[in-house]
Amino acid sequence: MLQHTDTALPSQGMTLDQAVLALHGITKTFPGVKALSEVSLSLYPGQVTALIGENGAGKSTVVKILTGIYQPNGGDILVDGHPTPFPTPQAAADNGVTAIHQETVLFDELSVGENIFLGHAPRGAFGLIDRKKTTQMARTLLDSIGANLDPDLKLKDLGIANKHLVAIARALSIEARVVIMDEPTAALSHKEIEELYELVESLKAQGKAILFISHKFDEIFRIADNFTVFRDGQLIGDGAISDVTEAELVKMMVGRDVSQIFPKRTPNVGAPVLSVSGYAHPTEFEDINFTLRKGEILGFYGLVGAGRSEFMQSLFGITRPSAGSVEIDGTAVDIKSPADAVDNGIVYVPEDRGKQGAILDLPIFQNVTLPSLGRISNKGFLKLAEEFKLAREYTERLDLRAASLDTHVGNLSGGNQQKVVIAKWLATQPKVIILDEPTKGVDIGSKAAVHEFMAELAAQGLAVIMVSSEIPEVLGMSDRVIVMREGRIVAELADADLQPETLVRHAAGI
Amino acid sequence: MLKRLITTRETLLVGAIILLLVLISSRFPAFIAPSNLANVFNDTSPLILLAIGQMIVILTKCIDLSVAANLALTGMVVSMVNIAAPDLPIIFTLALAIGLGTLLGMFNGILVWKLQIPPIVVTLGTMTIFRGLIFLISDGKWVNSHEMSPAFKAFPRMELLGLPVLSWIAILAVIAFTILMTRTTLGRAFYAAGGNPHAATYAGINVGKTQFWAFTISGALAGLTGYLWVSRFAVSYVDIAGGFELDVVAACVIGGVSIMGGIGTVAGALLGALFLGIIKNALPVVDISPFWQLAISGGAIIIAVALNAQANREKGRIILKRAEHIS
Repeated sequence: MLQHTDTALPSQGMTLDQAVLALHGITKTFPGVKALSEVSLSLYPGQVTALIGENGAGKSTVVKILTGIYQPNGGDILVDGHPTPFPTPQAAADNGVTAIHQETVLFDELSVGENIFLGHAPRGAFGLIDRKKTTQMARTLLDSIGANLDPDLKLKDLGIANKHLVAIARALSIEARVVIMDEPTAALSHKEIEELYELVESLKAQGKAILFISHKFDEIFRIADNFTVFRDGQLIGDGAISDVTEAELVKMMVGRDVSQIFPKRTPNVGAPVLSVSGYAHPTEFEDINFTLRKGEILGFYGLVGAGRSEFMQSLFGITRPSAGSVEIDGTAVDIKSPADAVDNGIVYVPEDRGKQGAILDLPIFQNVTLPSLGRISNKGFLKLAEEFKLAREYTERLDLRAASLDTHVGNLSGGNQQKVVIAKWLATQPKVIILDEPTKGVDIGSKAAVHEFMAELAAQGLAVIMVSSEIPEVLGMSDRVIVMREGRIVAELADADLQPETLVRHAAGI
Repeated sequence: MLKRLITTRETLLVGAIILLLVLISSRFPAFIAPSNLANVFNDTSPLILLAIGQMIVILTKCIDLSVAANLALTGMVVSMVNIAAPDLPIIFTLALAIGLGTLLGMFNGILVWKLQIPPIVVTLGTMTIFRGLIFLISDGKWVNSHEMSPAFKAFPRMELLGLPVLSWIAILAVIAFTILMTRTTLGRAFYAAGGNPHAATYAGINVGKTQFWAFTISGALAGLTGYLWVSRFAVSYVDIAGGFELDVVAACVIGGVSIMGGIGTVAGALLGALFLGIIKNALPVVDISPFWQLAISGGAIIIAVALNAQANREKGRIILKRAEHIS
C-alpha cells in the first residue's frame, strides 16, 4: 500500500493499513460544481474522527459516498486497505458501514424492534418474521447500550434522543464496523447529549470506528481522537485532536482568522415596546410576564422543549393562548393570526429558514413584499410600482446583489436567500423582531455576520427577541436573558448574573 | 433570466401546438382553416374554463376531482329549473349556475380548510355525492332538447363579432383570471400558499383560507360551465362529462402547472387545454382508431410532464453558473 502514503496521517501510531475504512483521492462532481476534489479520510477502529467544515464544504457528500448513495468520479474507497466500490447503499451496509443521520431515518409507524431489525429480522417458520425473537433480541441490544426502551413501542411515540438510541441499536444489530454520526446532537438537550457521549465511548470500547460530524467545537474536543477538515470540497488538514487548538481548527475551516468575539455594542435601551402579562397555553406554557424595550436584545434561553418557541409562536398568533394579554407601545392588542402580529409590528423569523423562510418559486420582489401586501394594495389590487419601490428599497439596504428583482429566489445563493428573508421582515417596518435560533446550523463564518446584523437592528431602535440554545451566543448578544424551564419563566438575568453556570443551573433546575 | 426561462416554457408549448397543427394539416389541410380553428377553440372552451379553476387549486397544493360532477349537477339543476320556469331570463340562469357551483366549491373548500381532510379525499367524496344528487333530483331521467326553452339553448351559440358566446366567455375568463393571478393580493396568496405554506403562514397568509378560495373559484367556474355544457349539447343526465376531471388535470399538467404547487399560470392552463383540445379534435378527422386516440392523448401528457421535469432540472444547472458569477 506504498502508493497511498499521502493519505491522511494516522494518529497514535496507527498506520493506514489499520484503517478499517478510508477514502483515497476521492473526487465527486455534479453538473457545474465540483463537490469534492481528491479528498482523503481514514477511520480507525476504536477511534472517533471528527469531520469539520463549513456548510458546503462537502461533508454530506462524503457521507453519501461512504454509504453508497453517491458514486465518486475518481479515487478509491478502501475497506481494510483493499479498494472496494460501494455501488449501492446495500454494499456499504454489507461492509459494515452505517450512518445515523441528522434527522434519524427511521420509520415512525414501526415498532422499536422492527426498526432495529428492518431488513435482517430473525426468521421463523416458512421464512416469516419471528416477532417474539425480534422483541427479545431488540431488548438485549437496547440493554447493552443502557437504553431502557420497550421494543414494542411505536417509534413515533419516542423523543428524538430515544430515536437516536434506536438508530444506534440498529447500527449495532448489523454488526457495524463504522458508525457515521451526522450532527447527532443538533436536536438534543444537555442531558441527552451527555448520554450520547457515553454511548460513543462504549462504541469506541467495542472497537467501532466512528465518523463524527459536528459544528460544535466543545463536542469535538470532548470526544474526538482525530480530526479531518474540509473546505470547499478539499482536504485542508487532518491529524490527532490533541495536536491542535480550537483557533487552529477554525482557521483551517474558514481559511482566515475568525474572531469568536461578538460585536461590541452600547445598548441604547429606550421606552417599553412590548409587554406581555399572564400569557398561558393549556399544554405548553403558563404565566409568562416580561417587558421588552426599544433597542434591546432580549435573550430567551432554555433547554430544548422548555416552551420558548411554543410561546413565541403563540405571541405571533400561530397558536392561540388560553390567557394573558399583550401591550404594544402601551396599547392592548389582540393577536389572533400572524397577519395581526405583522400589522402590530411583531415579526417572527422562524428556526427553519429553509423550510419556513422564502418562497423559492416566486421572484425576489414578490418574496420581499409578501407580508406587506396590505400596505401596497388597494381593495385587493396590487400597486405594482409601489411594490417594486418597496422591494428595491429593502434589498438595496441589505446590499443584495442579483441580476434583477425578477430573479426567482430559488436561483440565489444561500446567503442571498437569507438576505431576502430578512429584507422581507424589515419591509414590514416592525417594532419587535423575534429571531428563533438565528444561527442554528449556520457555519461559523456566517454566524458572525448574523450577530453583526442583530446588533445593527438593535442600534436602529428595533426591539429584538433572540431565542437561542447556545450559551456563548446568549451571553455574547443579549442585554438581558430570560430563562425558561418546563413552560415557565424561571429567571430573568442581567449584567453580573449573566454567567454560563447561572444560565445552566436555572435552565436545568439544579 | 428566469423570466426568459418561463417564457420559453410557454413559447415551447406554443411551438408544440403549431407543430401539431402543421402535422395535422399535412394529412388534413382543412383542419387549419380559420373557421375550423374557431370551432376547435369553441369546443375547447369548457376545458379552458375548468382548467383555469383547476390550475388555481393545484397551485395551492390541492386538487379538485369534483369539477366534472359539479358541472353535471349544476347543469341538471339549471335544466330542471328551466323546465319549471321556461321564461326565466338567461341572466338568472347564469347567476343560478355560478351561484350553485360556487356553493359546491365552497363545500369542498370548507372541508379542506376547517376539517383539514386531504383534498384528494374530499373531492373524491364530493364527486360521488354530486353525481348521486343528480340521480336523486332527476330520478335518473334525462332532460332532452325539446324540454329546454329555445332561449336556454341559444345563449352559448349566439354569435358576437363572429365568435359564439361560449368562446367569448372563455376569452373573458382568461383575461379576468390573468389579472386576478398577477395583480391582486389574492392571486399572490395562491402562489405563496402553494410555493411554501410555512413561509406563507409566517408572512401572515392564511393558507387554509387561501385554499378555500381556490376551491370556491374552481366551483364557480365549474357551475358556469355546467349551464354552458347542457345548453350547448341540449341534453342533461347523470353521467355528462364523466371522467372530464382527468382531462382538466391533464390540461393543467401539460400547461406547466406543477402538481407540487406554487408554479403555474393562466396562460399555461389555456395552452395546455388547447393542446389537448386540438389532439382530441384532430385525431378523429385524421382517421386514427379511437383506441389509439386514447393512447396518443395519454402519451402526450406523459411527454409534457417529462419535458417539464427536464426544464426544472435545467434550471438547477443555470443557478450554479449564475451564483458563481454573482459572488
